[in-house]
Amino acid sequence: MASQPQDAVIRCEGIWKVFGGNPQEAISAIRSGGLTKEDIRDRLDCVVGVRDATFSVARGEIFCIMGLSGSGKSTLIRHINRLIEPTQGAVYIEGRNVNEMGARELRALRAEKIGMVFQNMALMPHRNVRDNVAFALEVRGVPEEKRREVARRAVEAVELTGWDHKYPDELSGGMQQRVGLARAIAADPTILLMDEPFSALDPLIRRQLQGTFMELSAELHKTTVFITHDLEEAIRIGDRIAIMKDGVLVQIGTPEQIVTEPADDYVAEFVGGISKLDLVTAARIMQPLAWYEQAHGAADTAAWPVAAPSDKLNTLVDLSVGTDHPILIVADGAPVGVVTKSALLRGIQGREDAPQPKAEVA
Amino acid sequence: MDKSFNWLDPFASVDLGIGEWADGIKGWAMANRSLIQPVKTFFEGVIVRIESTLQAVPPLVMLILLTLIAWQAAGRRVAVLVFCCLVVLGLLDPAAWSLAMTTLAIVISAVILCVIIGLPLGILAGKSDRFEQAIRPVLDTMQTIPAFVYLVPVVMMIGIGNVSGVIVTIVFALPPLVRLTSLGIRTVNANVVEAARAFGATPRQILFKVELPLATPTILAGLNQTIMLSLSMVVIASMISVKGLGNEVLRAMGRLDAGKAIVGGLGIVMLAIVLDRITQGLGRSGRERGHRHWWQTGPVGLVANLFHKQA
Repeated sequence: MASQPQDAVIRCEGIWKVFGGNPQEAISAIRSGGLTKEDIRDRLDCVVGVRDATFSVARGEIFCIMGLSGSGKSTLIRHINRLIEPTQGAVYIEGRNVNEMGARELRALRAEKIGMVFQNMALMPHRNVRDNVAFALEVRGVPEEKRREVARRAVEAVELTGWDHKYPDELSGGMQQRVGLARAIAADPTILLMDEPFSALDPLIRRQLQGTFMELSAELHKTTVFITHDLEEAIRIGDRIAIMKDGVLVQIGTPEQIVTEPADDYVAEFVGGISKLDLVTAARIMQPLAWYEQAHGAADTAAWPVAAPSDKLNTLVDLSVGTDHPILIVADGAPVGVVTKSALLRGIQGREDAPQPKAEVA
Repeated sequence: MDKSFNWLDPFASVDLGIGEWADGIKGWAMANRSLIQPVKTFFEGVIVRIESTLQAVPPLVMLILLTLIAWQAAGRRVAVLVFCCLVVLGLLDPAAWSLAMTTLAIVISAVILCVIIGLPLGILAGKSDRFEQAIRPVLDTMQTIPAFVYLVPVVMMIGIGNVSGVIVTIVFALPPLVRLTSLGIRTVNANVVEAARAFGATPRQILFKVELPLATPTILAGLNQTIMLSLSMVVIASMISVKGLGNEVLRAMGRLDAGKAIVGGLGIVMLAIVLDRITQGLGRSGRERGHRHWWQTGPVGLVANLFHKQA
């Protein structure tokens, strides 16, 4: 895994969550491999929510967990602030085992270290925006003056200035979720847990809020676990993405890794429809200059457009439309590879360019 | 077992003596009078104080006061209705107003005690399934058992008078408050409670800052029902020498005096409408009130506004 364990703010080790009567039996049955999901449900009366999830999130990283509904992602995120107790496994936050904390310590952790945003907003209808935002401070006994000041700043940060005294039902869905976001960041926590925060919003508002969130997170550098069922959202927001299916983390990697090297058919199917334009880099689709020259003879690269290995396909397309030449990829002043037009087109499709001409494919 | 035991009619020949056993409570109560008396004296004092306060206020002042309360709690239209009902109540009979105040004192005492007992029970029932299951048959019993059944033991224990009347009223009027408090707590949006947990609230903070405020409209609906049931008990309570409108009805029945019965009955109805509309007004949610605080509306809001403008 990319992050070093010692810098991990959140570390989940072998989390299992089994709902129902015989959780331990169910776990050992799955471990030994004999039983399917249906067997577990019918014979042991158990439902497996999370199955052996291990991951860690580095400081300042945005870690997206992507999965369809029922995949266990909301259950998994609730282990981090122990809204749900794991059947097996442990969660460490900055090295401290959350599952061994006493009630008081746990409450302090929740109020001061972790902010959470919910899919259904979960604002308190009897409190106005300001009192909703300041809730975490209020339960810690922060004096009113201070609370107002903090709430004002948080409300400002989510661009809701002037709405402090309104009640949730006077706000649109998008605005309500801005309040949810303000409430999560108000206590200046280290960690943000986002449980499908933008799923209930219509696409345009979702875009806006994603924008607000990304600006905020660039500014505040919160360690974030972000749950979504929308892969595009995960790719836009996440530094790393975990794909979850039936309670299992199927693959963990950067957006580019997920899109270009899907671990199995399930992930591949997901990734199929995703635009590669802003994701795949030149480094992934280029061929060595030598190969090119082997096939086409020595080339005069002087007139060729030039790009860096880290440039995305989008940039390469822009360069390519103005010329008939291939694109020369240059790193540290030395040419390292060539991207031909066909390689570029195949890259957009998400396929490798076949070295020898093949029969036409639709 | 009895020789004449008949398999087809087994119950006729079996006597477990439940009636005698229950009658033993009476004996116990009579033996422990000295224990009960001080408690009785205390409550009697409270009821008398409430009543003498209500009686001391001149009817016109009380009428204006109740109208203002109705305006504050439920708005101008309800205030007009309350005013009309009170005027009708006063015009029914020269003595009607004073009798109504006596009845009101009993109802207020009973309702206060219902709240003190019922609210914690309701919260507990809302939180614990087992407690809810345990208390439900008790509440069913309280609501359905004929009042005359517990009238006698209560009188044996405590004697006739206001305190017994209040106790009898509580038995009948308490259940809806417990039930609706429990329902209110149970129907609080679980997501909001989860959010409160996620932000580090203690169970106590969750109860007072989230659950109770959100359950308030339901709890107030329960309170409204409790008040209505208390009023419906006044005639029965008057059988154990509780004064007031109920007593008028009871006496009229004894003398077959239909006119007097109607006066007493209508008086109870008027009082019921007044109390019902005021408490229903309290139960409106924040959204229905346009998210204004209570001190921003009604007569108080008017006065506050005046001061605001002067300042």
